[in-house]
Amino acid sequence: MKTLTVSVVTPDGPVLEDAFEMVSCKAESGELGVLPGHIPMVAPLTISAVRLKKEGSSERIAVNGGFLEVRPDKVTILAQSAEMPSEIDVERARKAKERAERRLQTKQEDVDFKRAEMALKRAINRLDVYQNN
Amino acid sequence: MASLRDIKGRIDSTKKTKQITKAMEMVSAAKLNRAEENAKAFVPYSEKIQEVVASIATGGGDADHPMLKSRDVKRTGYLVITSDRGLAGAYNSSVLRAVYQTIQKRHVSADEYTLITIGKMGRDFFRKRNMPIDKEIVAIADQPDFADIKDIASETVQLFTDEVIDELYLYYNHYVSAITQEVTEKKLLPLTDLSEGVKATTSSYEYEPNQEEILEVLLPQYAESLIYGALLDGKASEHAARMTAMKSATDNADDLIGDLSLKYNRARQAAITQEITEIVGGAAALE
Repeated sequence: MKTLTVSVVTPDGPVLEDAFEMVSCKAESGELGVLPGHIPMVAPLTISAVRLKKEGSSERIAVNGGFLEVRPDKVTILAQSAEMPSEIDVERARKAKERAERRLQTKQEDVDFKRAEMALKRAINRLDVYQNN
Repeated sequence: MASLRDIKGRIDSTKKTKQITKAMEMVSAAKLNRAEENAKAFVPYSEKIQEVVASIATGGGDADHPMLKSRDVKRTGYLVITSDRGLAGAYNSSVLRAVYQTIQKRHVSADEYTLITIGKMGRDFFRKRNMPIDKEIVAIADQPDFADIKDIASETVQLFTDEVIDELYLYYNHYVSAITQEVTEKKLLPLTDLSEGVKATTSSYEYEPNQEEILEVLLPQYAESLIYGALLDGKASEHAARMTAMKSATDNADDLIGDLSLKYNRARQAAITQEITEIVGGAAALE
């Protein structure tokens, strides 16, 4: 079976580089599946899990935004942070989730809602990837 | 001439100082290694993002985004990267001098520029001179994560988007080698020199959903990554500068200890000689 090289890079260094058969992820415009031989493409990603399939098994990576660059034989995911399930700090994510929820509930003027919302999304995404691994 | 005890005291205190500078030198050497690794880990990300940005900005033709366009400059932003602590030789002073002189040359009033400082030395320097500091961040870790810098980076980029500033310059020490660091000025925004240094064979992409929306996400991320890159570069320079400074301090301490030991031995010998002369003189007087 044909494969494509997937590399996930963040400012703190590469997270993963390996060959996979299929990449599916959630772009800003909707779900997106990429198979080998795809035309070159760029798409921004949402805060979500990227699923990588290889020989019947699949891996999930928590990606916080960023975007996807596709070439016929290579997929690069550039994100400001990305984690494999084994790297996720569950305790920290849980705390971040609680903190963000508290912030969103206190309807105060000085709370930056957008930021709290993003933080909540990131935390939920991390927990989700960790639990469904 | 100083007494034997005075010299002994000075030798001891110099030795203690030397121990400290020696330890700091070794600590900085270790930190420099890690900083170099961090900078290396960042390279793939920065290269890739640059490639994609350049191919969109140059290949598309009708790519249009406020961050790509120069506009009339009413206010200039300067982002200055310094360290939190001193004892790093000329590391901070050279950057600060460069920024200070540039500002004096380019601007007549404080309304025409604003400063964003990373590190305590820079903040204190500009605050003392009553220069406007828009944002500041201190106590950055020695091995910074992207998350540490993300807020200030995105807020800085936001300043440009909100037209508070119309251009943004970065000032930092570029790491050339362990003994050489260069003060570097880099124009960060607007992004006008994207096509530089990009291979001619950039493939053309399909954009999902469209170019504008991708630029919307991509350009701020790109600008933030440049700031982070400069910070990593600056951190490596900081550790290198501190290492070199501490090495020369250790060497100086060695010289000083050598000189003082010589003086000490001379004084000791003089004292002994004097004592003998006194005894001999005393014995001679008795006869």
